[in-house]
Amino acid sequence: MRVLQIIEPAYRATLEEQDDTVLWFTRAIRAAGAHADVLLCGTAVNYSVRGQDAEGMRVGAWSQRHPPAIEHELAKLLESGARVAALAEDLAERGILTESMLPGIEVLGRKSLGGLCAQYERIWKW
Amino acid sequence: MPTLTLLLMDAPYEQARTSTAFRLIDAALRRGVGVRVFAYEGAVSLSMTSQKPHANAVHGRTLEEEAHPTPHAWVGALIDLAREKGATFDWVNCGLCVDERGANEVVAGVRRGSPADFWKMNLESVNTLVIPTR
Amino acid sequence: MSCYLLIESRDPFESKGFNQRCELALTLLGESNAVTLFLLENAVLGARAGAKAAGLEKLAKAGVCLLADEFALRERGVTELAPHVTAANLDAVIGELAGGAKALWN
Repeated sequence: MRVLQIIEPAYRATLEEQDDTVLWFTRAIRAAGAHADVLLCGTAVNYSVRGQDAEGMRVGAWSQRHPPAIEHELAKLLESGARVAALAEDLAERGILTESMLPGIEVLGRKSLGGLCAQYERIWKW
Repeated sequence: MPTLTLLLMDAPYEQARTSTAFRLIDAALRRGVGVRVFAYEGAVSLSMTSQKPHANAVHGRTLEEEAHPTPHAWVGALIDLAREKGATFDWVNCGLCVDERGANEVVAGVRRGSPADFWKMNLESVNTLVIPTR
Repeated sequence: MSCYLLIESRDPFESKGFNQRCELALTLLGESNAVTLFLLENAVLGARAGAKAAGLEKLAKAGVCLLADEFALRERGVTELAPHVTAANLDAVIGELAGGAKALWN
């Protein structure tokens, strides 16, 4: 069964969780045997950008040991064979150029979404 | 009997999605459709038995008069409804989310699991709906 | 042919995302799928007669089935519906899900 994870919100509780919980979830179900791919849209297209750095959060004497590493998560997904795509129009709106993106992330136009959805038995929008 | 899986994310008392989700589950069970719930993130707090109703001084209502909803009572009511209808009902809380939130004391029958359990629930259902948070 | 159930829960006037999702509904319809758009919670604000939700009317004319949660309509005092929207209860959602429709919640 093929699953498309459509991820729109981004940086939601990522510092508290030290992860994007949907990317994390995707890796977890893939490890359980799911054929799950990812489409980044809306704010989440920014996840495809190289150079994200969340180091340095402190609260009083507490300092974060493992900040979220979104690029690393996406790279691991790609390494595991997942297809990761980002919506072209949402990238363009945010001024994200292809050369600033992680290699391996496909750029898809909104018009191709119908065909994309047809390839999956389940489409989960987050 | 067909079964649906729902994934919930929202903590109680924060979003309209919570009451909509419970209404959907109720509708499914009433029509004899089994339901499996995977509670992720804040939704693990829905089944916490330490939730307490309260009075409402603004409205001049006592504790009993206010009859304030507690989602854990809704979970219990769904368990009862499923039993009455002979429908499957399973509620699994994501274990790591439970640990983070201290949501350990939950309605009897609610169990702890992982995303692997969600995947299994999905495979055992005719369909799965993810109700995302914002 | 596949069946799609697009569930909208947010006020259609709060962001441009709603119109983009209407375009997705049209794309799916154009690829010979059956598409139902179910409005619930604040999304029913787009179903009021006179609401300027041009995207919804376009969907209805194209053949998308437009339904709105009767409870949410009543909760928000939406007493007169736009002619292209039909009030329904959540059974309609359960029916679509049980029938295997690919369901996306926004």
